[in-house]
Amino acid sequence: MSAHPANALPLLERLPVALRDACTSWLPESWRWLANSLLSIVAIFVVFATLFALLTLAERKILGRVQNRPGPNRAPLPFLGIRTYGLAQPLADGIKMLTKEDIVPRGADRVLHFLAPVALLAFSILTFAVIPYGRALLPVELDAAVLYFFAAGAATELAIFMAGWASRNKYSLLAAMRALAQLISYELPLLLSIVPVVLVAGSLSTSEIVEQQGTWLFGVFPQWHVFTPWGFAGFLIFFVAALAESNRSPFDLPEAESELIAGHLTEYSGFKYALFFMAEYFGMCALSGMGVTLFLGGWQAPIPALAFIPSYGWFAAKLLALLFVFMWIRATFPRLRIDQLTRLAWKFLVPLALVNLFTAAFWVLSSGWAGPLAFARWLVAGTLVLGPFLVLGRRLSAGLGPRTYRYA
Amino acid sequence: MSAAGELAGLSAAPGTTVRAVNDPFHGDLLEVSMGPHHPSTHGVFRMMVTLDGETVVKLKPVFGYLHRNHEKLGENTTYLGSMPYTDRLDYLNSMTNNWAYALAVEKLSGQPVPERAEYLRIILAELTRLLNHTCLAGFLLQDTGCSGTPLMYAFREREHILDLFEALSGSRMMCNYQRFGGCRVDPTPGWLAAAARLVDGYGRFLDEYEALITGNEILMARTQGVGVLQPDLAVNAGATGPMLRACGVDYDLRKVDGYGFYPRFEFRVPLGDHGDTYDRYMIRVLEMRESIRILQQALRDLPAGPIIDAKAKNRGLRPKAGEAYGRIEGPKGEIGFYLISDGGPNPYRYRVRPPSFINLTVLEDMCLGQTVADAVVILGSVDIVLGEVDR
Amino acid sequence: MLGSGLLQGLAVTAKNLAGSFHDPARYVTTEYPEQRTKLPENYRNFPFLVHDDPADPNGTLRCVACQICEKECPPQCIYIVMERDEKGKALRRPKVFDLDISVCISCQICVEVCPFDAIKMDQEYEIATRNRFGGLLLHREDLSKSNAYYHQIHPTEAAGVDAALAEQKAKQAAAKAAKAAPAPKAAATTATPATAATAQDSAISPAPAAPPPASAPDTPANPAPANPPPDA
Repeated sequence: MSAHPANALPLLERLPVALRDACTSWLPESWRWLANSLLSIVAIFVVFATLFALLTLAERKILGRVQNRPGPNRAPLPFLGIRTYGLAQPLADGIKMLTKEDIVPRGADRVLHFLAPVALLAFSILTFAVIPYGRALLPVELDAAVLYFFAAGAATELAIFMAGWASRNKYSLLAAMRALAQLISYELPLLLSIVPVVLVAGSLSTSEIVEQQGTWLFGVFPQWHVFTPWGFAGFLIFFVAALAESNRSPFDLPEAESELIAGHLTEYSGFKYALFFMAEYFGMCALSGMGVTLFLGGWQAPIPALAFIPSYGWFAAKLLALLFVFMWIRATFPRLRIDQLTRLAWKFLVPLALVNLFTAAFWVLSSGWAGPLAFARWLVAGTLVLGPFLVLGRRLSAGLGPRTYRYA
Repeated sequence: MSAAGELAGLSAAPGTTVRAVNDPFHGDLLEVSMGPHHPSTHGVFRMMVTLDGETVVKLKPVFGYLHRNHEKLGENTTYLGSMPYTDRLDYLNSMTNNWAYALAVEKLSGQPVPERAEYLRIILAELTRLLNHTCLAGFLLQDTGCSGTPLMYAFREREHILDLFEALSGSRMMCNYQRFGGCRVDPTPGWLAAAARLVDGYGRFLDEYEALITGNEILMARTQGVGVLQPDLAVNAGATGPMLRACGVDYDLRKVDGYGFYPRFEFRVPLGDHGDTYDRYMIRVLEMRESIRILQQALRDLPAGPIIDAKAKNRGLRPKAGEAYGRIEGPKGEIGFYLISDGGPNPYRYRVRPPSFINLTVLEDMCLGQTVADAVVILGSVDIVLGEVDR
Repeated sequence: MLGSGLLQGLAVTAKNLAGSFHDPARYVTTEYPEQRTKLPENYRNFPFLVHDDPADPNGTLRCVACQICEKECPPQCIYIVMERDEKGKALRRPKVFDLDISVCISCQICVEVCPFDAIKMDQEYEIATRNRFGGLLLHREDLSKSNAYYHQIHPTEAAGVDAALAEQKAKQAAAKAAKAAPAPKAAATTATPATAATAQDSAISPAPAAPPPASAPDTPANPAPANPPPDA
């Protein structure tokens, strides 16, 4: 993680970097960069693996609470026998997954069947490299960080296709086909939704995009991108596309339980299954992290008075809030059908994202408007966002709607 | 079935011609055996589905995995001995199964039923209708891919009805409550008060449930125009119950036959105009609201008196030689029992008319041209219980 | 507007998520082994046999081995053999009373047809066993439970049964007193009016022809005093 040039940062802010430097200070100068990178990788992996474990529990707890039941709460701590509201559940799950038999179907392509979860996890970890977790915490400073992120993220669907194809199972094959259709459909709105951010920021570097959101209007109101008309629309499009990219409900078609048993996961068991699960959560975390970075001000505090809390704390809070929305949506919505899924992308999200590009361009051009013109600026931009949404939404849901019923 | 696609606006253009499974030019069709161990086939039902991409071009239902010789057992058991077995036909609706069977035997033996028992039968049948439709709404939404939330809400309310059944009959699902000439247990005032409380609160649950899901755009996209059943086909295939009424055919045995004391009650029969999955779901929701009205009237007017006819004979019943068909409007459709007596202690012939089995016969017609995801939802909207289908 | 139905749904789930922390109606789980719901009085699962004297659970069974329940049981899960003395005379109590609860469907028909109130439905539901064949086949000793236990699980029903039995006994005693003087022999064929008498069960009816020796007022169906001298 590149050290911030200013050494004047408060202690808490500097702490992770300072710790790392303390660990590697005994090495010769020429080796230090390698050790630093390796330490960063280990740190990221440990943090997000722990987060994954806690997220599986949190998801089940939230689903449970939404459904008026407690969720997992019985797994005791090992050797102690104390139930800690199910905190030991991920541990129990992990042990179960590790000790289960690893079954490979007889007709499966053994190499691909093994490679698919490994590739999936590898690709989803790659994306963590360019997310700025804090003021001084950016693993890799890349000029084209945003491009790198989405390139690495897009490869995960390929791994799902590998899994579906290699399993030699009809459900898996259907899931693989669905995954490809979903990838192609949703890569476009995902990318188009972030182009306005790049346009406004004038940079593909994630750290710069965050820095630019670090001002406050009237000293209290944060200037995050989501609080502009184009940013709001862009964030919603990004969020919907992120749901689809990470195969989360209501777009969990590849593993549609009620239709395809478990889709591409049908023939996986044991730790390979756990790897898929892990990759899904990693993908969800990475996309949420990117959403936070691009639209929600990254590690910036919401009001200046709260800036004393370290920046990575704010990043974590926003990330968790976004992840909660992922779970909330999963607890509420039914699943779309594959043709409706692609239709939503091509006929709704892509046009909206394209229009949003113009909205952002207008926003940039009109940045000098002040006084009553500022009001007009909001009005025009708002209309540019809301109008297409209403028109396209009406077209998308043509023929659908609540019905009235007659009685005999 | 192209009409379904046109009506939908959203559904894929259906493949109209059935190709060979191995077609070198267009590519292979995929034959998938969905079930008998599949999360969404509602038990051990099996659909042999031929898919062109995701589109269903052929669907062959396979059943019988839960066959238990029900009808032959009925011919080798006394009349009373078959009563607990009827619980196990459609195990969600044991009260209505009991009633239909009791009605058939009462017709056969000319057994009158006291007034209080008739009211109790209506109360329990309508509670069963609430229970069944609540479950169906939960299962159907589970099939559309909800992560269990509507199902758990539905089961939360179903538990309250099951608690009532348990307090009255001793068992939650296998009630074995009706007897020839009346009912088995008289409800206490406390039970009736609890039932009234449940009925009064049920409308609030339905409101919340509908707020959760009925207006949901995804649900509308998934169900409107999906699995359209034409009224003439429905009538010709013998479909009954909400399935038939969703096509707009006004046929409700509670009105047609007027069995029991139903003519004394004021209720309406909701009808759908499209015959698609959404109509089948909504008709059930609306029927639940009508059931609440019937229940309120019945609980208000419940007369005092005996619950079983003084001369009723259950054990050792030997009806005169003859035949009888007793049918009622079960939650799933017309549930009927056809009995032939030769004067012996066992029926000479015992035949069940299972609504979910007969409603299932139109499954392929509804599924052709739809996607495999729709096939699961359409099956869910037919509302089958394999205990009744396979018997 | 597109999305309003989705937002409405999200509001409902949010309400339930919050409600599960403070509203008991929205948190319905009973954590079973620690918490238990109270069973309703009418709850039934498997039958048991009522005895009247806990000191002699097998000798004071109300069951007279009449085999009506065995005949009426729909899945035929009951097997009864009557106990006989050396001369082969029926002793009106079961030597074998086996009930296979892996077959039993808990329909309660045995309870309804029993003219002696001898078989009742139990409420014990934790009956899992490691032995899938023998463990679920209950014998007379396993099935025999006291009248006090019956009162404990079905208080209302048991009180009614006790009252009916006491009434029946009083009636029999009165009839006996009336008939004893003119025709002591004729009483041997009378059956109790309360039982739906078929040819079979009148033969083994508990209606004692001779007065019980007034020693056991609370054992109405005790077969021991029901063996009157006129039979011998």
